Amino acid sequence: MKFVDEFRDPTAARALVAAIREVADPGRHVKLMEVCGGHTHTIYRHGIEQLLPPGVELVHGPGCPVCVIPMGRVDDAIHLARRPGVVFTSFGDMMRVPGGDGSLLDAKADGADVRMVYSPMDALAIAEREPDREVVFFAVGFETTAPSTAVTLLRARAAGITNFTVFSNHVTIVPPIKAILDSPDLQLDGFLGPGHVSTVVGNRPYEFVPRDYGKPLVTAGFEPLDVLQSVHMLLVQLAEGRCEVENQYTRVVRDEGNPRALAILAEVFTLRPHFEWRGLGFIAQSALRLADDFAAFDAELRFDLPGVRVADPKSCQCGEVLKGVIKPWQCKVFGTACTPETPIGTCMVSSEGACAAYYNFGRLDAQYLVADDVTALPVV
Amino acid sequence: MARLNDDPDQVRGAIEAVRRRRPRLTGDHVTLAHGAGGKASAALTDSIFLDAFRNDHLAPLADGAVLGLTDDTRIAMSTDQFVVSPWRFPGGTVGSLAVHGTVNDLACMGARPRWLAAGFLLQEGFAFTDLREVVDDMQRAAVEAGVTIVTGDTKVVDRDAADGVYITTTGVGVIPAGRRLAADLVQPGDKVIVTGTLADHGMAIMLARGDLHLDADIRSDTAPLNGMVEDLLAAAPAVRWIRDATRGGVGTVVNELVQATGLGVVLAERALPIDRTTAGACDLLGIDPLYVANEGKLVVVVPAEQGRAALDAIRAHRFGADAAVIGEVRAEPASTVVLQTAFGGTRVVDMLVGDPLPRIC
Repeated sequence: MKFVDEFRDPTAARALVAAIREVADPGRHVKLMEVCGGHTHTIYRHGIEQLLPPGVELVHGPGCPVCVIPMGRVDDAIHLARRPGVVFTSFGDMMRVPGGDGSLLDAKADGADVRMVYSPMDALAIAEREPDREVVFFAVGFETTAPSTAVTLLRARAAGITNFTVFSNHVTIVPPIKAILDSPDLQLDGFLGPGHVSTVVGNRPYEFVPRDYGKPLVTAGFEPLDVLQSVHMLLVQLAEGRCEVENQYTRVVRDEGNPRALAILAEVFTLRPHFEWRGLGFIAQSALRLADDFAAFDAELRFDLPGVRVADPKSCQCGEVLKGVIKPWQCKVFGTACTPETPIGTCMVSSEGACAAYYNFGRLDAQYLVADDVTALPVV
Repeated sequence: MARLNDDPDQVRGAIEAVRRRRPRLTGDHVTLAHGAGGKASAALTDSIFLDAFRNDHLAPLADGAVLGLTDDTRIAMSTDQFVVSPWRFPGGTVGSLAVHGTVNDLACMGARPRWLAAGFLLQEGFAFTDLREVVDDMQRAAVEAGVTIVTGDTKVVDRDAADGVYITTTGVGVIPAGRRLAADLVQPGDKVIVTGTLADHGMAIMLARGDLHLDADIRSDTAPLNGMVEDLLAAAPAVRWIRDATRGGVGTVVNELVQATGLGVVLAERALPIDRTTAGACDLLGIDPLYVANEGKLVVVVPAEQGRAALDAIRAHRFGADAAVIGEVRAEPASTVVLQTAFGGTRVVDMLVGDPLPRIC
């Protein structure tokens, strides 16, 4: 684990925090949005907010694939799962997301054959093992997970498997960033850009952010030192009056991304004209459906789906949280009616959701810090 | 936009008030969450079992009950069911686990475990060679722990009604006169010790299931700890409270302590002993080792002045070489566990909700 330890080194963290304090303009309140749920999780899990000077605020963005799935799509998934003869496969996080009437876990308790898988390949393996069942894979995620769905579909086609379909809810990262930049109720000073998505799409798709909107963006890794260093790089840009796309996550992200993964995505998927995002509404060309060549594997074509749009509960402010307009605790139901056990909104479900991260790790004053050595034993 | 909260302190207060409420049973049937050890389990126990059986011994809902026979003779009684899948895993089988689990529950109550009863629920078709392997492993564990299996029962069910073999063990132990371990003894300033590396059992089981396609040499830590408890109490008689950090891991056990006492606990992440391979597997799967089950680790609370003696006694025991002081009891923050992150920040360590599910990206 030496590789990971290097990126969690407290000495290096102290040096970066000192550098951040030096470059931060004390007379200015700076709002930086971390796009990914993975960043949000790291920030809370390692207690990074408390290390930053008070004038540097981190705003949590929309990049949690579980959080952005609208309730109607969850209902469609449950409808599929309840079909006789269907084995419905899903990543673990999605199983607790509430739809209009319960979650996939509830459907499982009622007798639906819902199985947790760790990759779409596991779902395909079930289809091969149980040829008399219809195996459906609930595909969610940004460009990070879409290539593995695509590879699985290529393999399913090559193997001539006919009892495997994909319910695609794959989304793309650039449209929601643009939607947030177009949103009138938010003033941001810069972005910690997506890390793992960028290993696939590269850094170039973000060039519109500085060019058209005048905001700097730094592609950021997910270890705590990555986050601190990216914050520092953004503050240096602001201090020097620069505004560009920079790459902090150089150990895995190339400017051009991963051309092979992009080619596979282009072969297997097609952009939908529009797709509903939880809290953000319909966004044009923001999601992927299966390309016509793969229509035989498209669960939306093979099965009848209700496809009903379900409005979010009135009390739920996930949209405002996802756009970074409000902090999780500002939502009226946060932590009282909406908790990780009884989530109302998606942001409380996934460990990468801003509300769950804040509830599980951050229910302390932002400045609360225990600095002394609690493990020291008195000499007797 | 709807109305918003504007005072973070008020929000924290409202959240704590909700958290103090008795857990409520929702829905109309049992789900897997009711067996996962979190709030749903507590609601089920409270609303169904305690409601029906209510009495003074049951009311604390501890891992076992302390029963007075005469003025100076007390016994402890504990029962547990073992349904681990797969029943054979690196480091043990359901047989040794069934002995260790009940022996350790008794030891944590200050009892010297003596007798076990064993119930076997067998699936039609389960091979005799497999059953012999489980039972031989069970007997070895009993001999090592110094307990005798004195009675038992066997039932066989249809193929569809069970998976291999399930074992229930009920144990009885004797509590030496004058010995008392209880949460109400815990004081601010006490030290929190864990008797070895975290998360080995849970990760060994997850990997043994095979659906992660991950190969790593992680063995379950399942072990009898009654001998260690005796050594510990001899060296540090003022020990306040002991729990075995099984389902839900060290994070859950320490949360149960702060809920029982109203005190706070500060843990130091850098002090948590974790095997490098286990840590790597947890990291890869996005699982926090604080919440992963152990079957051979205790959390011990001891007054600071006996901390050194306690630590030395545990480390001298064959199952305690990696023991460490991991934190301290504080008056504040009340009823809350916080963690000093290795990175220099501070965060809350909450009760876990449901089973740990790997993150998806």
